[in-house]
Amino acid sequence: MCLAVPARIIEINVDKAVADAMGNRWNIRITLTPDIEVGDIVLIHAGYAITKVDEEEAQKTWELFEEIARFEDQRQKAQEGGGADA
Amino acid sequence: MLERIEKARKAIAGACRKVDKPIQVMEVCGTHTVAIFRHGIRSLLPKNLKLLSGPGCPVCVTDQGYIDVILELAQRDDVILATYGDMMRVPGKAGSLESLHRSTIKVVLSTDDALTLAQKHPDKIVVFAAVGFETTTPPSAVAVADAAKEGVKNFCILSGHKLVVPAMQALLGAKNDKIDAFLCPGHVSVILGSDAYKPVVEQFKRPCVVAGFEAVQILEGLANICEQVAEGTARVDSIYGAAVTPQGNATARKIIAEAFEPCDGAWRGLGVIPGATLRLKEKYSRFDALKRFGMEEIPAEELGGCQCGRVLCGLIDPPQCPLFGRTCTPDAPIGPCMVSTEGACSAWYKYGK
Ligand code: SF4
Repeated sequence: MCLAVPARIIEINVDKAVADAMGNRWNIRITLTPDIEVGDIVLIHAGYAITKVDEEEAQKTWELFEEIARFEDQRQKAQEGGGADA
Repeated sequence: MLERIEKARKAIAGACRKVDKPIQVMEVCGTHTVAIFRHGIRSLLPKNLKLLSGPGCPVCVTDQGYIDVILELAQRDDVILATYGDMMRVPGKAGSLESLHRSTIKVVLSTDDALTLAQKHPDKIVVFAAVGFETTTPPSAVAVADAAKEGVKNFCILSGHKLVVPAMQALLGAKNDKIDAFLCPGHVSVILGSDAYKPVVEQFKRPCVVAGFEAVQILEGLANICEQVAEGTARVDSIYGAAVTPQGNATARKIIAEAFEPCDGAWRGLGVIPGATLRLKEKYSRFDALKRFGMEEIPAEELGGCQCGRVLCGLIDPPQCPLFGRTCTPDAPIGPCMVSTEGACSAWYKYGK
């Protein structure tokens, strides 16, 4: 529940914003990070930006998410494939 | 990257050799627990370094009494119950939210969605199950402030919000001396700031190190901790500089403080911890579900058989629970630590074999 996802701000309207993470767009709130500007990357948690992060950090986290997705996929497949213990 | 991993691993091994007793590190955050398993980190660690899963999964620490109140409210015909998905399968006396099969129980991704539900259904009262730590509390505070501003009268929250630092202090103070250091949560610390752990370090002389969720960060965090233990020092350190500052997010903390105040409340396994739960302030009492439905307080309760409480205090590892993997599995969970994807029992079951 406490995992946050980095996303780039593409549109701001007062304390609401549109953010993009790995091609997915979300409507988020930037109430907790009032200094954010379009183009910034933020960590999003439960629909709220909680802090700004830099490009490098965001990239690492996006890669981590892809890795997790792949891992979960493989684990699922391994379990389905004849119930072999992973 | 590999270089950094190898360097951290060597630092851990070197420091652990200097200490001729077990070093027990509690990872406070459920997301760390899962990341540690997923990266296979346990297999890289020396024998005398033991990782304990702490009380950092919001669903897991939510008291049984809270779950039962939520289940009760969810069955009222005048209520729409809005909740984050993690709460759906937690068992209570009357089954779980999921097993009630009511169309008036709604999973929301944000508090904004819960407030929108209230605006769409003026004939019902929307109750939001507000659980979680400092990362999920600010959105609840904003929702209540928005509801007040926009005059939304049919919205309220049942606050089970919790504070991480007093729980760490309670763990060290009362229950056990098994914990030598804390690996502190990454994203909770974004809000709190790493300075928030200073009281823990000063009062109990235990190192507190904030780390992110990548393998290399977790290993570097553990290396930092082991070195501190070997040297006999205790400091707060953060190796998650990209997102965590010493002061944290002051705006978010101000928003929390405007809506909430600390009170005594029950934690699963830890019992009532003074000042470690949050309730709405008097000015927002009309949005407090307890007051709205004329309830006194949330009764503290325990669930028979389930050992989640002891797991959360680091007193046992999940496989030591007699129900683990037998009657209790992720498909048929008995306690919240098996329900939540961040729960210690679920992580051990999925990855610990
Ligand atoms: S294995 Fe199940 S019953 Fe045992 S402590 Fe974990 S969640 Fe509770």
